[in-house]
Amino acid sequence: MESVRPPKSPGFQGTSPVLARGGAPNGVPTKVTQGSQTKGGIGESTLRPDGTLKVTGEFAYSSDLWHEDMLWGQILRSPVAHAEIVSIDTSEALALPGVYAVMTYDDLPTDVKHYGLEIQDTPVLAHGKVRHHGEPVAIVAADHPETARRAAAKIKVDYRELPVVTDEKSATAPDAILVHENRDDHHIGHVSHPNIVHRQPIVRGDADAAAARADVIVKGEYYFGMQDQAFLGPESGLAVPEEDGGVHLYIATQWLHSDLRQIAPVLGLPEKKVRMTLAGVGGAFGGREDLSMQIHACLLALRTGKPVKIVYNRFESFFGHVHRHPARLYYEHGATRDGKLTHVRCRIVLDGGAYASASPAVVGNASSLGIGPYVVDDVEIEAIALYTNNPPCGAMRGFGAVQACFAYEAQMDKVAGELGLDPVEFRRRNAMEQGTIMPTGQPVDSPAPVAELLRRVKAMPLPPERQWESSEGADVRQLPGGLSNTTHGEGVVRGVGYAVGIKNVGFSEGFDDYSTAKVRMEVVAGQPVATVHTAMAEVGQGGVTVHAQIARTELGVTQVTIHPADTQVGSAGSTSASRQTYVTGGAVKNACELVREKVLALGRRQFGSYHPAWATAELLLEGGKVVTDGGEVLADLVDVLGDEAVEIEAEWRHRATEPFDLRTGQGNGHVQYSFAAHRAVVEVDTELGLVKVVELACAQDVGKALNPLSVVGQIQGGTTQGLGIAVMEEIIVDPVTAKVRNPSFTDYLIPTILDTPTIPVDVLELADDHAPYGLRGIGEAPTLSSTPAVLAAIRNATGLELNRTPVRPEHLTGNA
Amino acid sequence: MRVNFTVNGRPQEADDVWEGESLLYVLRERLGLPGSKNACEQGECGSCTVRLDGVPVCSCLVAAGQAEGREVVTVEGLADYARQRSWGAAPGAPLDSPSGEGTDSLTGEGAELAPIQQAFIDAGAVQCGFCTPGLLVAADEMLEHNPDPSDADIREALSGNLCRCTGYEKIMDAVRLAAARQSEGV
Repeated sequence: MESVRPPKSPGFQGTSPVLARGGAPNGVPTKVTQGSQTKGGIGESTLRPDGTLKVTGEFAYSSDLWHEDMLWGQILRSPVAHAEIVSIDTSEALALPGVYAVMTYDDLPTDVKHYGLEIQDTPVLAHGKVRHHGEPVAIVAADHPETARRAAAKIKVDYRELPVVTDEKSATAPDAILVHENRDDHHIGHVSHPNIVHRQPIVRGDADAAAARADVIVKGEYYFGMQDQAFLGPESGLAVPEEDGGVHLYIATQWLHSDLRQIAPVLGLPEKKVRMTLAGVGGAFGGREDLSMQIHACLLALRTGKPVKIVYNRFESFFGHVHRHPARLYYEHGATRDGKLTHVRCRIVLDGGAYASASPAVVGNASSLGIGPYVVDDVEIEAIALYTNNPPCGAMRGFGAVQACFAYEAQMDKVAGELGLDPVEFRRRNAMEQGTIMPTGQPVDSPAPVAELLRRVKAMPLPPERQWESSEGADVRQLPGGLSNTTHGEGVVRGVGYAVGIKNVGFSEGFDDYSTAKVRMEVVAGQPVATVHTAMAEVGQGGVTVHAQIARTELGVTQVTIHPADTQVGSAGSTSASRQTYVTGGAVKNACELVREKVLALGRRQFGSYHPAWATAELLLEGGKVVTDGGEVLADLVDVLGDEAVEIEAEWRHRATEPFDLRTGQGNGHVQYSFAAHRAVVEVDTELGLVKVVELACAQDVGKALNPLSVVGQIQGGTTQGLGIAVMEEIIVDPVTAKVRNPSFTDYLIPTILDTPTIPVDVLELADDHAPYGLRGIGEAPTLSSTPAVLAAIRNATGLELNRTPVRPEHLTGNA
Repeated sequence: MRVNFTVNGRPQEADDVWEGESLLYVLRERLGLPGSKNACEQGECGSCTVRLDGVPVCSCLVAAGQAEGREVVTVEGLADYARQRSWGAAPGAPLDSPSGEGTDSLTGEGAELAPIQQAFIDAGAVQCGFCTPGLLVAADEMLEHNPDPSDADIREALSGNLCRCTGYEKIMDAVRLAAARQSEGV
């Protein structure tokens, strides 16, 4: 169904853009140097090395790339959720002037036609069937994006619709239609129905016996809506065919090597012939863990022999990546009169949608972190992920821990209410601490300042009452409804709520979660310079800033060059799970230490005989010099290095983890935990059901803030994404057709600057002795407790139960 | 069709423009100015904000033909625009000395920046940076007519610009910083 056409010149083909020609596409990020006279090591708020490029508009994101003779790719997606494909006719599309190729499943070049992060269940292009709304069916390359869109619209696909399964009841019915027939993945053996991706029970102690001791038992059922990552830079990239028959992909992703492992087999190329370079990434938040347009662009480039760029628009982006799992959560908490938890039972049902993506790992997180940062000896937990015909769900910031935190924190408030205890005091009495045993049997072996974080966030001054009042009357911008001018304070009540959460850091359950760094040290223009080369995806988090800081601290240089991320160096693992500063930061630190040893050996060889300290003292590199730990200068690095370049590439690993037992959930599955607490202050217009979040204060333990400015920025950003799911963000999927109803920023709302309150942050630094510099991964924890704190505040203001998130006006006015 | 307009003080001519192309597309794909961003292309996110005859607009919602004969300022021209404003020259006048000379092509360091650009870097208002160009154009325009904005003023002026990374706090800091530096004449 594919053919290559000679170039045509439609009326709207324009002159070539005024961009660089030849070689690498214009604007692929080149070397970023950060150098200054300041020391700029860890612990300082050094500024981003890519900051200037980003404020001048010169930083090249994946959607900005350009190549001479470049074509545009377009994907045709299924308009229905579940259907057999009876036929596909591409002839009209191919006949359109300017179209170079149209490809379907039948044109895939090898027997490998599926991909996936863990389970290879996702078709590169649909084969005989589509399983969700928006599934890719065919791809087009043309010389103008509008030509490509029009050609895709001319592809005739005959669908015969099938019934859909959309929730636990319909998916696990005995006669339910199977989303995937003939499953042979490694989870099928321990699930009770083929529409369950994975199940993880965790059983510890004796919940029945403990329940008998409880003075109060509180049950609750909760629903957590489907959230979108809504990163602003759309899925995009440029595939350039190479002379050796391979392809070079410039791409916005979270993990280059994971992409590579999935792309190369589909193309029928050895991995060394698929060269990957990270293009500028406009945010990620989990939504770029799975492949999007990577394989499609490469297929079209190899088929046409021309560079192919694909850029999703926002509508397509809502279909082009997985979302946060919606969840239904069932909880039972028991407690004694003196405010101690007796037991927790919970069941967490995650909707994974049509393909597995990261669902198994999300199940592992939701179950193992399912009761929160509390001491409970007797627990029964079960988490499952479903296969349904809803949009596929996978990774998003907080990854399974977010949904659970929303529910267990609501439960904690309910139990406190039953006992007549202050919610913070009740949490304090049950707060975990270092040494607590998790439901998985794993001891928490580093600081776990849960009670302290709550104390700190509670101690922050409250914003003034009636904060909207000004000398000129009510400022509607500070009120619920804002500029809609719906109230000047009438019907507005205030509420305050608290929540705290626990998130794991790094990949868990026995995954070999390593990273690689290559560090080079040499003299350039009379100065010692370090170059750090990793494959880490910088998605905005500031890893490049931190790498330069680590190199300065370890190697005593001011000039550090950050090499572009690509697959010419070993894997850095994923920019997710709050892991990159820990793991790739750890790899950079490790490689720097190895380089330092070689530099010192060079120094000893040349100068050792001049001073006994070369042999006897602990030696450091500081301020461009070799110094003793007593501060005595032994040599300039420039003299030690001379013409030599010292370079080391090395892998680095954190402590190994182990899988959770499939029956009991026991196992040392996690590397590290991360904790944050929030206090939300809201004002609610009870007549219209409108909410104004007035303040969202956060206290978080970060172990060690390598870059305090960036740390606070991460906490505020994560907090705001939690705010979004509390009061506005939800992908609405029609329960009858399983079609997405609101794939746009007009209908899927993320917080604007008017929706977002001030976010005071209190950073605690209690070192984790197992981690580099004592640091803790920080990116996700603030996304957990933000949502339940806002919900608690709204409950506090209104007295309503509110068992689902996001809260919409009809839930507050009684019209739901 | 052919479209003639002025971009960042320089006359530009785009040929063979299809009538359906937006100003954003012509800037990004035909004039080599990809600084204005394409986050939603439906007027909701503000990442494509440019000045059109001085007025901030979503360039994704402006048909390229509507720009005929008009003055456009993008993030790429913001530093020059701010510099000319500080000299009292008419914004949009041809440039005497384009900035960028002596700039490190690898990092952009050494580039002359508008005060709002420098403030975004210094305050930590840039993470992924995709919203940054539109926010800079919008914030610069606000400070032009409101040099001493209240926090509520800043939020109102920037409410058409989505950011997904920062939670907006550092953006607030950056605008306050730029306003303070402006009032101190720094």
